[in-house]
Amino acid sequence: MFKLWLTIKKDLRILLRDRVGLALMFLMPIVLVVVVTSIQNSTFQLVNKNKLPAVIFNLDTGQSGQQFIKDIDKIGLFKVIELKGKSTDSLTNQMDQNDAMLGLVIPRNYSSQVRAKAASSADKAMAEFNGSADSLNTPAPVIDALTVYYNPVLQQSLRFSIQGAIQSAMQLVESRQTLRTLYYNTNEKEMPEALEKEMLSADTKINMVAASKNGTHTTPNAAQHNVPAWTIFAMFFVIMSLGGSVVREKISGSFIRLKTLPTSYAVGIISKQLAYLVVTQLQAAVIFSMGIWLFPLIGLPALNIPNDIFGTVVITVVCGWCAVSYAICVGVFASTHEQANGFGAISIVILACIGGLMVPSFAMQGLAKTMASFSPMHWCLDAYYGLFLEGAQLKDLTNNILSLLIISLALQFITYMGLKRKNLI
Amino acid sequence: MAISNWAVSIENLGFRYPGNERVSFSGLNLQVAKGDRFGLFGPNGAGKTTLMNLMTGVLKADAGSVKLSGVDVNANNKAANRLFGFVPQDFSFYHELSPVENLEFFGAWAGLNKTQITQRTDELLSILGLNDVRDKAVGKFSGGMKRRVNLAIGVIHNPEIIFLDEPTVGVDVHTRHAIMEYLQTLNNNGTTLIYTSHQLSEAEDLCKHIAFIDAGQIIAEGDIETVLQQHSHETLEELFINLTGKALRD
Repeated sequence: MFKLWLTIKKDLRILLRDRVGLALMFLMPIVLVVVVTSIQNSTFQLVNKNKLPAVIFNLDTGQSGQQFIKDIDKIGLFKVIELKGKSTDSLTNQMDQNDAMLGLVIPRNYSSQVRAKAASSADKAMAEFNGSADSLNTPAPVIDALTVYYNPVLQQSLRFSIQGAIQSAMQLVESRQTLRTLYYNTNEKEMPEALEKEMLSADTKINMVAASKNGTHTTPNAAQHNVPAWTIFAMFFVIMSLGGSVVREKISGSFIRLKTLPTSYAVGIISKQLAYLVVTQLQAAVIFSMGIWLFPLIGLPALNIPNDIFGTVVITVVCGWCAVSYAICVGVFASTHEQANGFGAISIVILACIGGLMVPSFAMQGLAKTMASFSPMHWCLDAYYGLFLEGAQLKDLTNNILSLLIISLALQFITYMGLKRKNLI
Repeated sequence: MAISNWAVSIENLGFRYPGNERVSFSGLNLQVAKGDRFGLFGPNGAGKTTLMNLMTGVLKADAGSVKLSGVDVNANNKAANRLFGFVPQDFSFYHELSPVENLEFFGAWAGLNKTQITQRTDELLSILGLNDVRDKAVGKFSGGMKRRVNLAIGVIHNPEIIFLDEPTVGVDVHTRHAIMEYLQTLNNNGTTLIYTSHQLSEAEDLCKHIAFIDAGQIIAEGDIETVLQQHSHETLEELFINLTGKALRD
């Protein structure tokens, strides 16, 4: 234990005197997590909280145009900005001025065309009722198309949602007019408002339930994704210091000197792992603390603390050990600092990309999604998602933990073989 | 543990680097008596460092045996490691640490306890003139100071045998003198010195016995005076040129 303790002390002393290494391991992830979370926060808010600004040019002078605007507003997806004027020439300018993602143009004779179509449908219904056979063959009057201009940054999936929302508002306008006409033709009086409301409103409610393991309803936000993601990145980025440290020992001849001393090099390897495991845990503590306490102070969403704190600690330790094992392995096989740092940095960025740290893996498709499942960073992130978003407990994360332990042990074995092959132990 | 009069006993040593067709050593025999000051010389690529690595167990022999004070280096590696200290040519220590911190770490790995480490550290830093810089990072030291730190680490555990690979290369006269004086003192106290260097005049002053090695073979061996007389030369440098030729070696 005395040897191990002095070896850990040696590794920690070297680490604390490597200011560039410390900056890379602590400062860089802190800056990254704040900057990236701030940028992504606006996108998350656009999707999750903010309504889409939509300017509407109503060229129609009747009731249906106004009704359509009311119905569109009720849907809740849009922040409606109604523009006055008779020309659509300046529509793109108006969208730009209002920061609008959408521009809707209601055609000039929309109300009269809706009325005509309603009258036609009502007539057909009455004719059917009276047994006139040919009524259905008469074509319905055509309603001019409603034109939607959209900002090209809107993703296709969001555009489909917008199209569906507009169509349901148009459907409501047309159905209301048809019902009113039908009622008037039958009863020769206006349809009571209460009856109209009853007939047009859907009574089947939709219960929205977040599919969490413990019934909590944590909404994913930029903090919930970025804080765990960049913590994992930071932990794996210890390769810049640890990989270099292993290479330095090899180049300086310290490895050979240690080999001539009556102590197993296992002590040296265990010491490095413990020292840098402490570093990874400090990184996680610092970045998580920032997410919990600093983010709300700078206007970012706070990181929610998982219910299973013990599970979070276990995942962080296992993830840290995996990162440290990878760094030592790269250090053993690299011949120079340049190799260790170059390969280390590039491989970490690639693993982070395919592991869903930069783009969440649930947004990935096909090959990218398949590749994600091969990145240890993905296993870590998936476990954190479980803890932070789904209320998972440690037992729910067994697969992630086992995968990480297996890859860590494999890396340890490869490291041992590398040390043997290079005659360093 | 076997009792032996030999500090180093090499018998029928065979070695070839993996993947290398050329055999480094074949059937090599060499003995160094306890308490000797033994110099191993040869041109670049002659096999001095390889032989030293085989004697210290850094490399494993393919055939034959290497024994230190009767302990087989390959069969009983850790026991053999307790017997010797190694002072490599490279500055094989941690440049971010001070001399005290380096000695603390290497002392622990050499098997010393806390008290022994403190005592030996104070002793060595004082003897080698490093007391004033004991807490400063070694990375900022001059070449001579680094050589002294390198030596201190190799001898911290008072080993029976010390392997020195060019311990004075690149140092000024004062440092060379201090190192040589200290090595002489160690030898006077019974420590066996196994030494390689290209500084043949320095070797003449330090060594009692020598061996010239070339292409994996010992081409001359014995006490300095005898070897010089046998080959009718007055200095080791003349003998060296005579034995190994004037062609440049890489």
